[in-house]
Amino acid sequence: MKKRMRMLKTSGIGIICMAAALTIAGCGGKVKPYTPPTPTVGGGVTPPSDNGSLKPTVLQFTVEPSVIERGQSATLRWSVNNATTISIDNGIGDVQSSGTRRITPAETTTYRLSASGPQGVVNGTTTVTVTNPAPVTTPTPTNKSTLDQEVNTLLQDAYFDYDSNQIRSDARDALAKDADSLKKIFADFPTASVIVEGHCDERGSAEYNLGLADQRASATKEYLVSLGVPAAKLKTVSYGKERPQCTEATEACYQKNRRAHFTAAQ
Amino acid sequence: MIKRIALLLLVLSGTASGQAITADIFKGGNTPNMAVIDFRSSSGGGYMSTFNSTLFADLQDSGLFKMVPKSFYPLQVPQRPEDFKPASGQGLAMADWAGSPVNANYLAYGYTAVQNGQLVLYGWLYDVAQQNAQAAQVIGSRYFGTPDDAGARKVAHEFANDIIAKFGGGTLAGSKIYFVSDRTGAKEIWVMDYDGSNQRQLTFYKSIAIQPSVSPDGTKLAFVSYDKGTPRIVMLDTVTGRPLQFYNQQASVNETPSFSPDGKELYYASTAAGKEAQIYASNLNGTNFRRIGVAKAIQVEPKVNPKNGSQIAFAQGPKNEQLFLMNTEGANVERLTNGEGEAASPSWHSDGQHMLFAWTRGYATGNWNVFLMDVTTREYDQLTSSAGRNENPNWAPDGRHLAFKSNRTGKWQIWTMLANGNQLNRLTNSGNNESPVWSK
Repeated sequence: MKKRMRMLKTSGIGIICMAAALTIAGCGGKVKPYTPPTPTVGGGVTPPSDNGSLKPTVLQFTVEPSVIERGQSATLRWSVNNATTISIDNGIGDVQSSGTRRITPAETTTYRLSASGPQGVVNGTTTVTVTNPAPVTTPTPTNKSTLDQEVNTLLQDAYFDYDSNQIRSDARDALAKDADSLKKIFADFPTASVIVEGHCDERGSAEYNLGLADQRASATKEYLVSLGVPAAKLKTVSYGKERPQCTEATEACYQKNRRAHFTAAQ
Repeated sequence: MIKRIALLLLVLSGTASGQAITADIFKGGNTPNMAVIDFRSSSGGGYMSTFNSTLFADLQDSGLFKMVPKSFYPLQVPQRPEDFKPASGQGLAMADWAGSPVNANYLAYGYTAVQNGQLVLYGWLYDVAQQNAQAAQVIGSRYFGTPDDAGARKVAHEFANDIIAKFGGGTLAGSKIYFVSDRTGAKEIWVMDYDGSNQRQLTFYKSIAIQPSVSPDGTKLAFVSYDKGTPRIVMLDTVTGRPLQFYNQQASVNETPSFSPDGKELYYASTAAGKEAQIYASNLNGTNFRRIGVAKAIQVEPKVNPKNGSQIAFAQGPKNEQLFLMNTEGANVERLTNGEGEAASPSWHSDGQHMLFAWTRGYATGNWNVFLMDVTTREYDQLTSSAGRNENPNWAPDGRHLAFKSNRTGKWQIWTMLANGNQLNRLTNSGNNESPVWSK
């Protein structure tokens, strides 16, 4: 009943006639059967979505983006006409006639959409390409970084008095330990060498301090060599007062800067 | 003599800065006696005292003259050439100024007037030893300004500059200062005009570039760079900005380069001998090096005397760095400073007699000030005080101004001033700046 009514929508007279026919019939007396007017084709009539006279069509079946790295996701998007059953493979299953679905395939996958209706079946495919991600540069423990670690954690600074390059008793203790640590470091890293840096506090003149810090580095190296550390593996650099490790105008900071310090050679 | 000793005592007691030594450096040999009258205005105006004090100070500060005290002046003063009479006795004859008690060689005189709303200065400079006005006139000019203090200063400066120029006291215009700045995040060599304008970066090592030194003719710049790991000397062509070849000795430290007065050799400090830094000299490309200093001590900052070319000033320690002299053969070593505090940064005046340097004498370790010493008498003046730390002094080409670094404003900046402390100017204000060297 409803269908017919819809077809005759534009024909208001038809409806009235129908209604009139029904009511007149209810009142008794015969009525000629009314022939509904021929429906105009394409007259703005919206075809019903499940009109059996139209075959199912895949209006859209895409994936965005179409190329992803493994671990990334993409979005399937589809729109299908005139089908009663729509399904997508690869684990997606039955779906509505249009929609989207987020997917995270592990490798390149071709998705197949199947749409069936009374008038037939139609398929669609779309492919998402999955590439291997760029190799993550996890710093595999290279020899260099472990050398840095050993140098920075094992080797203590040696401290000096003002305007002096003499190895004090506390420096002797530190350097004795450093000598052992250096032997271990050079055993672990046979091709490595270590830099002995000389530094000064900020109070003397810069030019003189370059010379004094050089003496501190040399004296430190000499002392280590006297304890059995191979001289060829120790290089010296003087930084004068150019690279302070603190800048407060206090005796504590001054002492921190009057030092020999160790770094791994590049 | 008594005045000199009295001043010396004041200096030693640390209470007076003393003018005696500083005044000495301005005697190039010929400092004529200059008399300057108090100019008056024919149109009134309260700015004449500004005019007169500006004129007198400019002439005095130039260091080119011995200013005759005004208390010696005659009662009457000329204001125009027609005021002069052949014989006056009262001040209107040239002989009144040339003779006792004034004993002037030159007289600056004139007057001002307001004409058409402008301040006009009529200024003359006379050589009062001459017989007549025509022969005596060195300068006779008009100068213009606004009829107020600013205009009075302007015309006074211009008149003074004309007088100074007549006596060879050039301006600093055109001269350049090379220096070190860390404003880019690393110490690099920079250059700027004498007044701080046009500051531009010369090196781009992004390492440590320090200790610039410029050749006497200004064409070469030597400095120290860590770009290859340890401090080495680099030689730069200042015209092209490109490095020139310099052979560094195999050493852990090569530093403090400076040029000989004839510009043919480079002096520097090196640890090439295996132990402490010692003084060396070489060709400008580093070849033909020879060791000069032989001491069990750290020697740095060799500076050759520009007057005799055969004497070297340098810094040496321990104990407590001091300044020393020796000849270019390494002999005749003597200590210049008196053993107190720490002394560094020697800078010879072109007269080969006076020296700027940095010293901590009188203050706690690390508290440096700029001093000026007469090397022949060992007397000295303190040129900075109670204004942060002041180091790295170097003379300007005119031998009257100097550049130095000071942290009186917080960070280290380059300052310039006259040796008597006047005309104090700050040139930099970005990052930390040090080691200024002044080139013509």
